[in-house]
This record gives sequence, structure tokens and C-alpha cells, in this order.
Amino acid sequence: MDTLWLQVTGTLCNIACKHCFISCGPKVDRHKMLTREACVAAMDDAVARGCREIWFTGGEPFLHPEILDVLDAALARAPVGILTNGMLIDEDLATALGERFRDAPYNLEVRVSLDGATAEANDRIRGKGVFEATREGIRRLAAAGVELIVAISVLDDNAPEREEFVGLLRELGVPRPRVKWIPVFRMGREAGRQRAYEPWEVLAAEDLAAEDAAVRLMCGTGRTVTSEGVFPCPILINEPAYKLGSALGEAMGAAPVDHPACATCWQESFSCST
Amino acid sequence: MLDLGSFDKVALFGGVYNNWLALEATVADARRRGAQAVVFLGDAGGFGPHPNRSVEGLRSLPIHAIQGNYDDSVGQGLEDCQCGYTDPRDNHFAQISYDYTLANTSAEHREWLRGLPVRGELKVGGKRVRLCHGSPRRVNEFLWESTTPAGFIDHLCREEDVDLIACTHTGIHWERRLADGRGVVNVGAIGRPPNDGKRTVWYSLLEAGPNGIENRFVAVDYDWERLAREMTGEGLPPEFVETIRTGWWTTCLEILPGRERARGHH
Ligand code: SF4
Ligand code: SF4
Ligand SMILES: [Fe+2]
Repeated sequence: MDTLWLQVTGTLCNIACKHCFISCGPKVDRHKMLTREACVAAMDDAVARGCREIWFTGGEPFLHPEILDVLDAALARAPVGILTNGMLIDEDLATALGERFRDAPYNLEVRVSLDGATAEANDRIRGKGVFEATREGIRRLAAAGVELIVAISVLDDNAPEREEFVGLLRELGVPRPRVKWIPVFRMGREAGRQRAYEPWEVLAAEDLAAEDAAVRLMCGTGRTVTSEGVFPCPILINEPAYKLGSALGEAMGAAPVDHPACATCWQESFSCST
Repeated sequence: MLDLGSFDKVALFGGVYNNWLALEATVADARRRGAQAVVFLGDAGGFGPHPNRSVEGLRSLPIHAIQGNYDDSVGQGLEDCQCGYTDPRDNHFAQISYDYTLANTSAEHREWLRGLPVRGELKVGGKRVRLCHGSPRRVNEFLWESTTPAGFIDHLCREEDVDLIACTHTGIHWERRLADGRGVVNVGAIGRPPNDGKRTVWYSLLEAGPNGIENRFVAVDYDWERLAREMTGEGLPPEFVETIRTGWWTTCLEILPGRERARGHH
């Protein structure tokens, strides 16, 4: 396997976005925080299987009380990416991330989610006051020298302009703005916000005949570990039928890709990593 | 798989990107330094002017060649270079160089590119070296310094049953060795500078040493002013010419990991 996804804080998040496809929030602990020990055990297991990168997600990873220890353990083994809403990044944390970005054995990617280049556009999805807090997190990361990425959801009712985000990032002191577009997955809270998947929105068998299917899909090259077990990807962790096992060793067989979300992955050539 | 045999000293380079002047300079330098074999790890086209001149250079000299993603695309006349960019600006520029290269590579050269092997092997001082473009398992997998951890290198070397993996495709040279000497040498590219603000380009010399294979990266000066003039004359974008003149990458930046990106100017 190439990629280990760790649901470090499970479904716990400091906010509750309207488009969150795994319906995270301050009290949502369907998937609980992973202990430092559980994270390290999964990392060692994954590295023994040839893993070349580790990603932290949630929920909001920076809610984890031992996040820097877990991060150091990961960076000693492989490059690491963190998916965050950026709101909890204060001066101290930004400094700590900046040091690791420069000096850790391997690369550290910090990817901050932002769904609008203005408070109005962003907060309508992510909640009141979120834009302000995220913007300050981005400013601190940039000042600390972290070459951050901003992840932007492509919402049906708002096609955001790349140049708007690039301009905003430059204003916040980001010298080389990097953006990544995320398609919507019509699950979780997003299913109620716009619409759910229709049953017919699944991949046709002939799509998957393409020989690069395995490397094009996250589930072809990675696994996601949560407190509840091992899943093919961070998208399907709330789908019990798609749980692959309780440990990586039980979860290495081919993952079925017959969920409607798989069609989104396929059509968009989407990976949660960068 | 291409098996080149055993040597004491070999030169490896990748990513010509149509920079036929750097190709001439690199091969001359490698011969002067006593390389017994000169190996090209793929990507003849892209970016620079007059694609036929580079392929002619590669074919007329005794250079062993491995196929890169660009060579596969041009050879087969595919629609794009298979670099997998998602950023619209990167795609825009990548398509310009690809369309130019495809339109200006002769049918005979395309056939040669199409027929190149995707993997090779040679020995240096008795140690086995895997030759590939991106990684031993995928022609367009990027092996960057900051994202290729030791555990993964160990895994790849075991899977391939080799001591060293020699690759290119990223355009930036680097090397990581495990405690026992096994490792990866990414030979970089001679077609454009490694985003370091200088105009020299780099290749790799592998030599048998007392402790196994020793790698040395060698800087090559070439007539970059002439290349820049020819690029302008061919109507290639000023952004590409700027890279040749300044040593900073201006396009196709999204593939860089954060740490490598932070070292550049754009
Ligand atoms: S989308 Fe991200 S930030 Fe928003 S609730 Fe879900 S996990 Fe939290
Ligand atoms: S949603 Fe489906 S296709 Fe996408 S990574 Fe998960 S299992 Fe694979
Ligand atoms: Fe390449």
C-alpha cells in the first residue's frame, strides 16, 4: 500500500459544515479519536507494507491533544499531509509546523479547507465566523514558512474562481499560492443540503476495465484507519458495508467500488491527497 | 528488459525536454570523465525547441535509452504528455509544449521513441542498478526527495531485487541511501535547471567504489543563450524562456511537494 489515512480525531470537529460528507461536528464521535499508540501501530504496519505517505484527517486533526507527538512519529517514517480547517492554528502551533516543514526528515503538507474567498461565501457553508478564524490560521502558517495548500469545494451552487483565492492568499502573505479543488460527495450532511446520490449513479463495469483504475482511485493504493476499523478511503467511513477489517492485515484485498461516491472519484479523478 | 551489462563508471541522465544543446554538452562531459556507458532515462521532448535535434542526438551517439512518459505519448501520438496535471494553468502550458513536440517530431523518430524499453538493468562494480523513468513500478510516478521515505526505498529495492534504483521524471536530482548502501538516485534532468536560480543542468555519474556504488551529481554548462534564442524563434512561450534564462521554474509547478516548491521562486 502507498497511502495510510489516519482518522486521528475520528468524526470530531470544532465546526459542522453543511457539506460535510461524513457529518462531523463537536459532538459527533461515531469514530473516536485514535490514541497515539494506535496511530503508531498503524504507521508501523503500513510502512512494513511499503507505505510511502501518511495523511491525517478527521474531523479536525488539531483537536487531538497529542497531535504534535503523533505528527513527529509519522514524519520519522514518511511524508505527512494534514487536512485541517485551520481555525485552531495559533502562533505556537504555526511555529511548530513551520519548524517541521523545514527540518523534518520528510515533506509536510498542511492543507486548509476554505469554501469561499469571502466571509459571506465561506460561512454560508462552514458557519458563522469560520472565515475569519481560517484566514488568521492561513496568515500564521504563511508567516511561519509553511508552504500551505488551500482546498476548495466545488459546490453546485457556487463555482468559485481560482483567481479570487489566489488573490486572497497573496494578501495573507502566501508567496506561492497552491489550490486544490474538491468535488462534492452527496452523502452525510451534503445529501440534505443539495441532494443525495441517485441509486443509478454508480460506476459501470466497463469504466473499471481501464488498466489504471487501481492507481487512479485512493482505494487502489491506500487504506483508512479509524477507531472503528479499516476502510478503503476517508469517504466511506460511515458505510459499515464497506468496512474491510479491524486491522490493516485483514483489509488488503481489493475494495469494492460500487458505491455512488466511487463514481464521483472516478469521474473527477479525485484523490483526497494532493 | 534492457540489460546493459557490467561497468565501473556510467553516466545517467534524464529529461532532455528538447534541449539538444545541453544533450551535446552532457554527453561530451560524460565521455571526458571516462563514462563507459551513457544512459538516457527518458523524456526526450517537451519545453525546448527543435525536437528532432534531440532525438537525432540520442540516436546517433551510442546512448542507451529508457522510455519516459513523454516518449510514450509522442511515440503513440497520444493527446497529452501523461504528466497528470490538474491545474488549468499547468495544463495550458504543458499542452503547448506537447503539441509543439508532437507536431515537430518526425515519424521515424516517433517510431524509435515508441519502441524504447520501459525498464533496464546494469551493474556497477557488481551491484545491481534498476533503470527506470518515474519509478520501477510506474513510468509516471514521481519520486521526489521529500516524499520518498527510507521505508519505501527499502520496499522498492526488495521488490526489484536491486541495490540501487536510478530514475528521473521529477526534473530535480537527489539521492537517498539506506545504511546498507542501497538507495535511490534520481538523476534529475538536463533539459532545464532544477528550479534553483542557476542555469546549469545536472546528470549523475555512478562509479564503483570501495563501499559499493558511489554517485556524483555533475553540473553542466551549455549555451543557454542560444537555446533561449531558438525557443523564442520557434514561438515558444516567454515563460519557458524565462526558466532557461533565470533557473526558476515558471510552469508545471503543482506537482512539486511543498518543501521542493518552497525552494523555488514561483
Ligand atoms: S468538512 Fe471538515 S471542517 Fe467541516 S465539519 Fe467536516 S471535517 Fe469539519
Ligand atoms: S469512494 Fe469508492 S472509489 Fe473513491 S476511494 Fe472510496 S472506495 Fe475508492
Ligand atoms: Fe517524465
